[in-house]
Amino acid sequence: MKKKSMLFGLTMFSLAGASAALAADPAPTAISNKAAIDLVQTHANYVWTLVAAALVFFMQAGFAMVEAGFTRAKNAVNIMMKNLMDFCMGSIAFWAVGFGIMFGASETGWFGTSGFFLSDFTPGGDPWVLAFWMFQVVFCATAATIVSGAMAERTNFICYMIYSALISAVIYPVFGSWAWGSLFHGGGWLEKLGFIDFAGSTVVHSVGGWAALAGAIVLGPRLGKFGKDGKARPILGHNIPLASLGVFILWLGWFGFNPGSTTTADKSIAMIFVNTNLAAAAGGILAMIVSWIKFGKPEVGMTLNGALAGLVAITAGCNNVSPTSAVIIGAIAGTVVVFSVLFIERIKIDDPVGAVSVHGVCGAVGTLCAGIFNIGGTSLSMIGVQALGIAAAFLWTFPTAYGLFVILDKVLGLRVSREEEIEGLDHAEHGGVAYPDFGPSTQGGLQLG
Amino acid sequence: MKKIEAIIKPFQLDNVKDALNELGIKGMTVSEVRGYGRQRGHKEIYRGAEYQTEFLPKIKIEIVIDAAMTEKVVEEIRKSANTGKVGDGKIFVTPIESAIRIRTGERGKDAV
Repeated sequence: MKKKSMLFGLTMFSLAGASAALAADPAPTAISNKAAIDLVQTHANYVWTLVAAALVFFMQAGFAMVEAGFTRAKNAVNIMMKNLMDFCMGSIAFWAVGFGIMFGASETGWFGTSGFFLSDFTPGGDPWVLAFWMFQVVFCATAATIVSGAMAERTNFICYMIYSALISAVIYPVFGSWAWGSLFHGGGWLEKLGFIDFAGSTVVHSVGGWAALAGAIVLGPRLGKFGKDGKARPILGHNIPLASLGVFILWLGWFGFNPGSTTTADKSIAMIFVNTNLAAAAGGILAMIVSWIKFGKPEVGMTLNGALAGLVAITAGCNNVSPTSAVIIGAIAGTVVVFSVLFIERIKIDDPVGAVSVHGVCGAVGTLCAGIFNIGGTSLSMIGVQALGIAAAFLWTFPTAYGLFVILDKVLGLRVSREEEIEGLDHAEHGGVAYPDFGPSTQGGLQLG
Repeated sequence: MKKIEAIIKPFQLDNVKDALNELGIKGMTVSEVRGYGRQRGHKEIYRGAEYQTEFLPKIKIEIVIDAAMTEKVVEEIRKSANTGKVGDGKIFVTPIESAIRIRTGERGKDAV
């Protein structure tokens, strides 16, 4: 209200000024009104950044629905709890520690050391840090929640919450400071080399994806996922419409994720918006075609993953590639994701929702493409820096997450007991079920043995 | 008295119910069941992995009738549930020792 009346006042003031000026003074110009125009622009930046933050926040719902849909009904409560706690734990951890590490003043270029507990904000001072924090915390939570899907249906809940707090406080912010620190008070070694990752194919998605890979490896596959002959057996998700709703929600949220990363209300958001949409569309189409050729039917799970793969891949280059390039990048990601999902299964890693392939692998692919398809031309050194960033994300995230999960496993037991896993985590971990009015009619294709 | 159990394709239920109503059968119990016979299941794909759905959804109808009506009822179910394709189901007939209506305590034929 206060802002609104201020704006109104300004308008009236300038109108009054204008009519008075008719008599004597020269007409106001963009230059003489610069202060007022700048203020309006600043307000627009706040509004755009916070609206985009709200859209990105809604992606948490998307992740929750995708994960729940692709897994069995007996674990749905656990999945809701993990996704809810990701955001709750993540918000507190990022407020207390993460934001300072990611965006605080950084002397070394490796991590920031100021601005913990939002200390950059003083009452009555510039509130931009609050808008910026809100936009960044939803990104942090996105990286954290990616891991949930790969570790679904078998993880000890307490271990998951500890992991969730630590990725938000340390793992994600440290890498983030290398690539994005200068967006606020920091400055990282990677961005100084010219690394392009506009909205976070690597910073958010690959970091989440590689942590997911570590989690899935340390946990091991779900009971019954691989037969005695070593062949992967499908464990059916219990609600494909829910998983599809999740993908639509994520797609919507991405319209905040990518265009919002300008944190500026200007004309550049139009191309970013279009690029985001085109890549997702191409990703979905290509994943459908590849699955059709490979399996004889246009398979829904792969097609949903394909749309997400396109979104993840365009995230790095959404601001510096043309719409035509966005189609190509989405198409590449949509193809890669199908083969990646099959490959991950072939090497006996159980990733129920395809998080490693969609976010880790396609995040890396998209980051490389941001260099290759750069609208102002590309060069070997540019692509080299992109590759360096991709490698740095893996070499930082995978070992730290792997170490964390191994320690959690030794101390608390990362995995639930065999009995609890068969019974379902809803009953064992949370003492309730998701669908009390419906009797279970299937184990989702699971045969133990 | 006899009990007739018929396992049929789910979408044939209305046909069978109407046919039985016309015969004057006043009640039935229906359950959703899963199973397979000679039809077996069919192949499906989930995220790139093929699997066999062995148990297909079926409807089981249970009715208890006077023994004299058995042939007529069985024939009527067979006709109304028939699509001519594999997977149409089966009919089982078993003897029933007694039947009691809970509300009135009637027994035997009067109870069904």
